[in-house]
Parts: sequence; structure tokens; C-alpha cells
Amino acid sequence: MKKPEDKKNSRRDLLKFGLASTVLAAISQTPLSASVLRKKEEEEKVRLLSTNGKLVEVDKSEVTKVKWDSKDNSTENRDRARKGIEGRKWVLVIDLARCKHALACQDSCNKHHHIPGDRQWLNVYKMQDAEDTAPYWMPKTCFHCDEPPCVSVCPVDATYKRDDGIVLIDNERCIGCRFCMAACPYSTRVFNWGEVNDSPEVQAREYDPEIGLPRKMGTVEKCDFCPDMLRQGKLPNCATACPNGVFFFGDKNEDTVTNGNETFRFSELMEKKAGYRYMEELGTEPNVYYLPPVDRLVPFEKCDQQDKHDDEEHKQ
Amino acid sequence: MLAIVFLVGLASYIFQLRDGLIITDMDDYVSWGIYISNFVFFVAVSLVGSLISAILKLSNAKWSIPLTRVAEVIAVSCIMFAGLIIIVDMGRPDRIHYLFIHGRLQSPIVWDVIVVSTYLVISILLLYIPLLPDLAILRDKVTDIPKWQHKIYSFLSLGWVGSPKQLNIMHKSVKGLAIVIIPIAFGIHTVTSWLFSTTLRGGWNSTNIGPYFVAGAFMVGAAAVIAVMYVLRRNYKLENYFTDELFDKMGRLLVFLSFVYLYFNINEYLTPAFKMMGGERDLLRSLFIGEFAPMFWSTQIIGMVIPIIVLLFKKGRRPLPMFIIALVVIVGAWFKRYLIVIPTLFFPYLPAVEQYGLPTAIEYYPTFEEWSITIGSLAGALLVITFLFRYIPLIGIWEMAEYQGIVENGEIPTKDAAD
Repeated sequence: MKKPEDKKNSRRDLLKFGLASTVLAAISQTPLSASVLRKKEEEEKVRLLSTNGKLVEVDKSEVTKVKWDSKDNSTENRDRARKGIEGRKWVLVIDLARCKHALACQDSCNKHHHIPGDRQWLNVYKMQDAEDTAPYWMPKTCFHCDEPPCVSVCPVDATYKRDDGIVLIDNERCIGCRFCMAACPYSTRVFNWGEVNDSPEVQAREYDPEIGLPRKMGTVEKCDFCPDMLRQGKLPNCATACPNGVFFFGDKNEDTVTNGNETFRFSELMEKKAGYRYMEELGTEPNVYYLPPVDRLVPFEKCDQQDKHDDEEHKQ
Repeated sequence: MLAIVFLVGLASYIFQLRDGLIITDMDDYVSWGIYISNFVFFVAVSLVGSLISAILKLSNAKWSIPLTRVAEVIAVSCIMFAGLIIIVDMGRPDRIHYLFIHGRLQSPIVWDVIVVSTYLVISILLLYIPLLPDLAILRDKVTDIPKWQHKIYSFLSLGWVGSPKQLNIMHKSVKGLAIVIIPIAFGIHTVTSWLFSTTLRGGWNSTNIGPYFVAGAFMVGAAAVIAVMYVLRRNYKLENYFTDELFDKMGRLLVFLSFVYLYFNINEYLTPAFKMMGGERDLLRSLFIGEFAPMFWSTQIIGMVIPIIVLLFKKGRRPLPMFIIALVVIVGAWFKRYLIVIPTLFFPYLPAVEQYGLPTAIEYYPTFEEWSITIGSLAGALLVITFLFRYIPLIGIWEMAEYQGIVENGEIPTKDAAD
């Protein structure tokens, strides 16, 4: 009979105690928090670049260095590839008016990344939005979205967003679930379905996610904006290779993009040429911009590579 | 027979481990194939465990008691194979432990790993705990078995004597588990549906997809119980337990569940079909009148509408017609999952291209290896079911005794046995 009584009492005590302690905490908290605030005002500020390219100012004490898990045999290359290139926010502008489907971009990309013939990191699409609108060629790299669906769905942090805006893949981490391929609305990602055919020299290299070599069976890969070239201060291969200067690559923080010959202010180019992003409504916030295919260099019908391809087909 | 099919599947998987997923017909467009749709199928069927042994039990539908064991066995074997088949789909199964050491909570795959493994554990417990008194009966009453088998029974029965204390613990834990398993069961299939609906792809980008999956799962699960029940009744002469009346009740349940699923199907297809939005238009056309139309209308009409019509009649709810209908529903449900997973991948936002940027056709014809692994996994699940029923009572002895009013609280038979 006594037991429940005891319980009740102890609960009441506990309640009392809890109440008292919260009041105490509330009283003591006020001056405490004020002093913390005052202290904060005096503290040194740090200017940081957020992943969507905005400059923010925060207290130095609030900054903690992000350490990514390096439990598994991580190498220097993989650590470096996680961090990105400091202070940069890469952006690519593709001028559709200049593209004549020469495919030099694709060739140089394939060569640089030793891409086997069954896939492409960079594709040039024949686009026609509606039956009565004009067709045009649309080169497409990875969009390196600021809200990348592929990164959100990756279960093991194998694909990640870097500070410089690049979305990269670590093929030492990838488990091959292909959720990222299903999640990417732009069909950008390709998979190593079978045994890898890299040359012996490539296979002997130390793995570097910044070039994606050597590749591994059962893992995903895609366009990486050539961070290995960027580290050397060079443009990505597609931009250098294009004979028509379609690809303007640059740093959004510097507001500058260049195709190697001509250099523009990114913001001015957007304004003058009515730049846009592909499928804005998906909310992925791409870092690749397009300039509409108006006043084209060459009419669509006269694009050489298509003829070349047709010739090849005739020969077969 | 089942074992042979299973072994062929296993052999195909060994080839796949050696050569990679290239032995499948998946490509960079159709990057998920029948392995994934088969996974969804397994998860769906496994939901029946919670339906019969939790929802019906808690709602005091006593007629379903003879089916509890059958439903739990189906649930355990299907959820096991769901887990296995998803490993088969992985490009790097050797890195499966990364899910635990590098897992990120924001990925729906990690949610799925958590709920599926929880469901597996609870389902096994829900099968095992009510089995304890039966194992004790087998240990004490059955003598014409080999010694090793006797040893296993006495080991597995964990010293069950049927004391009031033990009975109390068992009743409490079974009831607790039955309550816990309901949200987990909804969870496994809802999270599985989110693997699709958290993407931006046409046909998957739907808010209806969670309940749509759960409704479909209950329907195919009920059909699976009916099919297994019919086979057991014929093979073991269980007409006294799996009565015609029980079939009739299960038939009513299946009709009800089919109507719920029909309702969600109408929601899932009619509203987007009314709008025919850009990203979904081509997909819907191919389902309704194009490439996938024969399969789509077969699953809808043969796999859902006709079963509803047949089961509405009393004659349709007799054991044999029910068995046939159940098989039709199961086959239809498998292909329905094919239609949920694969056609979406045929319609990316950007056109499918080959090397020169010229349009190319997306094709997917599952290879022999894919089919053999898939069919092998289905055979494997059936193998587990038959294996379990060879060694354990397929109807809960004490539950049935309680149900028929032979004993109260299941005390007498086990107590006698202990003495």
C-alpha cells in the first residue's frame, strides 16, 4: 500500500526540484548570456565564402574546420579533392549561338579522361523545343548544381559538393547503388558496368578523384570541370578545344569568364545575351549557364560533324 | 526443383560478381532494372506479416488466427530476400559496410536500410516468440524424430515450461511487438517508395506514391497468404483448419484491399493524365497506348479489375478459384512493380543520345542472368517457406487451442508436457 504513495511523493519532489532548477537557471542565465553577447562583439570576424557564392562574415569562434571521415585508406589526393580550390566559385557559360557541333570538346574530354567509347562525360544534344521551333545544338556538361540531387541521395558521401562549387565523385567510396543516376534529372552520370579497360599506364596511377582515374568497376563517374587543369591555372579541356569559343569558363567571385580568346564580365554577359539556366524549375541551381541560340555563326543544317557522321553511316 | 532454380540464380550471381553488372541489360539510361523492381515486390509481400499478425489481431478479428504463422513465415522469408536482392543490385557489394561506417542520414537509402533491418528483426521475433510453446510441445510430445532434431527443438524452446510467468511475458511481448510492427511496416514500404519519389523524374515525382505502395503491398500480401494456404491445405490435409469459411473471409479481405489499391491507382494515373505535363507526357503515353501499354493494361485489368469482379461472387471465393486468382494477383503485382520502376527511366528530360548527339532508342531487355537471379530469388523465398514449414507447426498449436476454446491461456498442454 505504501509503495504507490512513495512514488507519488517522489514524483512531486522531482517536479518541485525541476521547477526550482529551471527558475534558477533562468535567473542565472540572463546576466550570463549578456556577458557572452558583449564578449562576442569584441571578437574577431572572419569573412567566409558560402557554397552558393555569397560572402558572409562570422565570428572566428563559430568557425570549426570540417573534417571528413578518413577512416578508410584515404590518400593525399582524396583529401585534396574533398576540399576544393580555395576562394573560387567556378561557373561555365555555354554560348549556343556559336556551337556548330564540331565535337572537339567531346574528343578532348574523352582523351583527357581516357573515356572508353561506350560513354561520354560531355554530350552535344540536338535540341528542338517544339515542332515549329528551330533546332539547335546544346553541349551539356555536368551542371555542378548548388542544390545537387545526386549529393542529397548518396548514402555514403561518395559524391560531394566542394567549396569551389564542383560536384565530385570518390570512386574509392562509391558502393554502386546508382541512386545518384536516378536522381540526376540531366542524365549526366555514367556507370562502369563492366571490367575497366584503362591502359596499363592509367591503371598504374595513384587514384585522384580530380581526374577520376584510374576508374573502378561498379562505380559512377561524370564530368568534373577538370579540377586538375584548374589547379594548374588552365581552362577545362572542352573550353580550350572548342574551335568556336563556345565555352566560357571562369570564377563567379571574380565575375570573369573566358574561352581563352575573349574575356567577359560574367554579369555583363548574362545581361547582354539574356543568359539562362536549363530547366530552372527543377530548383537544382546549376552553375552552368546558357546563352540562347540567336544570330548563329552557322545555320543548324550546315554543321559539319553531322555530315561526317552521316558519311560514316553511308560507308558502313 | 526450387533448389535447382535457386542454384542457377546463385551461379548467375557468381558470374555477375566476376564480370560486373555488364552481364545485365541495364545501361546509363535504364540504370535500375528488374533487381530493383523485384526488391520492391519482396518488400511489398513481406508487409502481410504485419497485416495478419498485427492489424487483424489487434482489431480482434479472431478468424485470422490460423493464418498468423503462415503470414509471419512469408514475411520473414520475403524481407530476407529483399535485403539480399538489393545487395545483388549493388555495383560494389564488397563495400556494403560503408553504409554503416560512412552512412549519411539524409539519404533515403540509409532510411531504408534502417527500417528494413528493424522490420526483419521484429518479424523474426514475432515468428519466434509465439513459436516457443509449440517448440516445447515438439520437444516433449514428438518422439519419432531423429535425435539431432530433438536437440534443436529443445535448444530453440529456451526451457519453455508454460508457467504463468512465461505465458504472461509471451503475451505481453507479442502484443507489444504487434503494435510496434505496424508503423515499421508502413515505414518499410513508404521509405521504399521514397527511393523513387524523392527524385525529380517523371512518374516517380508523386506525393501519392507512399500510400499507393502500401495499398498495393497489402493486396499482394493477402494474395500470397491465400496461395500458400491453399497449397498447405492440399498437401497436409488441413481442411479442418484452413476451412472454406476462412477462404471466404480472406477473399473478402482481398476484395477490400483491391478496392483500396484501385482507388490509389486512379489517383496515381488519372490526375497526371488529365494534365499531361511535359516531363510525364511521353511516359504516360507509352503506358496507356505505347510500348508499355500491353503490360500496363494487363496488370490493371487482369491483375486487379478481374480479381475484384470474381471475388465479389460467393462462388469466386471458394478455395480453387481463389488460389488461381491469388496467383494472377501475385504475377500481376510483380509486373506492376516493373512498370513503376523501369518505364520512367525510358523518358529522361534530355533526349537519349549516342556519341554524336543524335537521338538513340532506349532499350531494356533483361538478360538470362538477370532473369535467373530474379527467379532464383523468388524460388529461394519459397524454399525458405517450405523449409520452415517442414520443421515447425504451420498453425500455432497453442493459439489454435486458445481460439477453439480447448484451453484457456494456453496453459494446459504445455504444463502437462512439462510434468
